[in-house]
Amino acid sequence: MIRFSEVYKRYPNQHEALSGLSFELDKGEMAFLTGHSGAGKSTLLKLIALIERSSHGQVWVNNQNLTRLTKWKVPYYRRKIGLVFQDHNLLHDRTVFDNVALPLIIAGENHREIGRRVRAALDKVGLLGKERSLPIALSGGEQQRVGIARAVVNRPPVLLADEPTGNLDPDLSQEIMHLFEQFNQVGVTVFIASHDLELINRMSHRQIKLNQGRLA
Amino acid sequence: MLKLNLHNYFLRHLQVMLYSLGQLWRTPAATTMTVLVIGIALALPAGLYVLLKNVEQVSSQWEEASQISLFLHHDTPDQRGKQLAEQLLTWPDINTVHYQSAKDSLAEFRQLSGLDSLLDTLPDNPLPPVIIIQPEAGQHENEALHSLLDRLQSMQEVELAKLDMEWLQRLRSINEAGERGISILAILLSLSVLLVIGNTIRLAILNRQTEIRVIKLVGGTNAFVRRPFLYTGFWYGLLGGAIAWLTLLLTLLFISGPVNRLAALYDSQFTLNWLGGQMFIALPLFGLVLGVLGAWLAVGRHLNEIEPT
Ligand SMILES: Nc1ncnc2c1ncn2[C@@H]1O[C@H](COP(=O)(O)OP(=O)(O)OP(=O)(O)O)[C@@H](O)[C@H]1O
Ligand SMILES: [Mg+2]
Repeated sequence: MIRFSEVYKRYPNQHEALSGLSFELDKGEMAFLTGHSGAGKSTLLKLIALIERSSHGQVWVNNQNLTRLTKWKVPYYRRKIGLVFQDHNLLHDRTVFDNVALPLIIAGENHREIGRRVRAALDKVGLLGKERSLPIALSGGEQQRVGIARAVVNRPPVLLADEPTGNLDPDLSQEIMHLFEQFNQVGVTVFIASHDLELINRMSHRQIKLNQGRLA
Repeated sequence: MLKLNLHNYFLRHLQVMLYSLGQLWRTPAATTMTVLVIGIALALPAGLYVLLKNVEQVSSQWEEASQISLFLHHDTPDQRGKQLAEQLLTWPDINTVHYQSAKDSLAEFRQLSGLDSLLDTLPDNPLPPVIIIQPEAGQHENEALHSLLDRLQSMQEVELAKLDMEWLQRLRSINEAGERGISILAILLSLSVLLVIGNTIRLAILNRQTEIRVIKLVGGTNAFVRRPFLYTGFWYGLLGGAIAWLTLLLTLLFISGPVNRLAALYDSQFTLNWLGGQMFIALPLFGLVLGVLGAWLAVGRHLNEIEPT
């Protein structure tokens, strides 16, 4: 599903964040991305989401060569990738419902389908009662779950998460990780960057460890 | 399926359109100021244009009042002159004639000039007899008038046939200069409307950078991001045009009293025509086009700079 082949990423300041990275993730696999701070975890996920482009080497996602993808096709590609961030990236002047509906509105879904799918996604993350709330009125864990609902609402085959539990206490973190496992169980390829080794080690999934932009 | 998509498409545009209007409604002070600036900038050239059109209308009325002076040869006897005048009266393109003998001309000149003693020293009357002709109404188009003039000029007794229209031509030149001046003013003010809208939209974009990033992250195209801003420009232009129309209406209402009284003093049929219907369409339409264009330029410049990081 995701394949890196001799990938280098050099930022404009000449810092090399990834150096000749190669690995592969199967369809339906769930994996954790670990490594020290500055190892290149966020950079790697940004290459998959096409927020950054590789300086060298090829990145393949869902049999698509990202190096060849033109700028105009990027939005349509991103609709097939669910993204979850540590700081949620929610729109604070819109309700929970509107936040989760955003990817569907962008894709041009009709009104009824949007309502149906948004409620299904909110139901899955246990926030069905908070549709009309503003994100400000929610706890950190709840905000993160809104972010997850938004990431999965258009049923992407790939779900990426960058430190999704970074700001949460251990119980909430466990809960969020369990949520990701549930999506994985219905066939979604899940790739999560995390520092939380204690939590990760308790779960039996593959770990990809980075060190200075290389596989450790 | 296609029908459904089309239906969805218009529904979505309508939603964005109303959403943009709602956004403007939420910041009434800023919106009012922008709309007023646009309205005034559009009202100014429109008002001048209306005045110019009115002057043109008046001058075309006056054109009907143009007259021809037929200067006869010095030695034409009065009798022949009067005969000629009566003969001319039968021409279909001549309305009235007035014969003025050389003696009358001199008397008139004496009275007007006050050069009595000087005129007394002259051996003969230097002034010719004149026939003053009023062409038939409807004969004031240039071509017909000039054909009449030519026919008059070719008559044996006529020394010179002169159309008293120079002042009218002068007025026309002034009008033409005014028209050009107004065109330039309109272009400059349109440009400033474009800049005002562009700048307002630019600020709106900067205010919503976070939102734009998030939209792009979840797969929003540039067109999707652009749309609400284009509709914002649309509303600014439309409302600005409406304000311009209102400004025009109030201004002309304000000056129409004195202008119509003035016209009455000159015994003129003229009433101030403010082109209300025409402007009611033209101003909002023009504003709307400027609004969308200004927004387009602003969004085009800034959209690509805002990318998710
Ligand atoms: N936009 C950028 N410009 C220049 N250098 C950058 C940029 N983004 C990241 N880097 C550098 O690239 C390296 C890898 O950064 P990255 O954010 O991928 O690390 P990380 O593994 O996610 O770290 P953390 O665990 O702290 O989030 C770091 O040394 C960082 O300073
Ligand atoms: Mg990181």
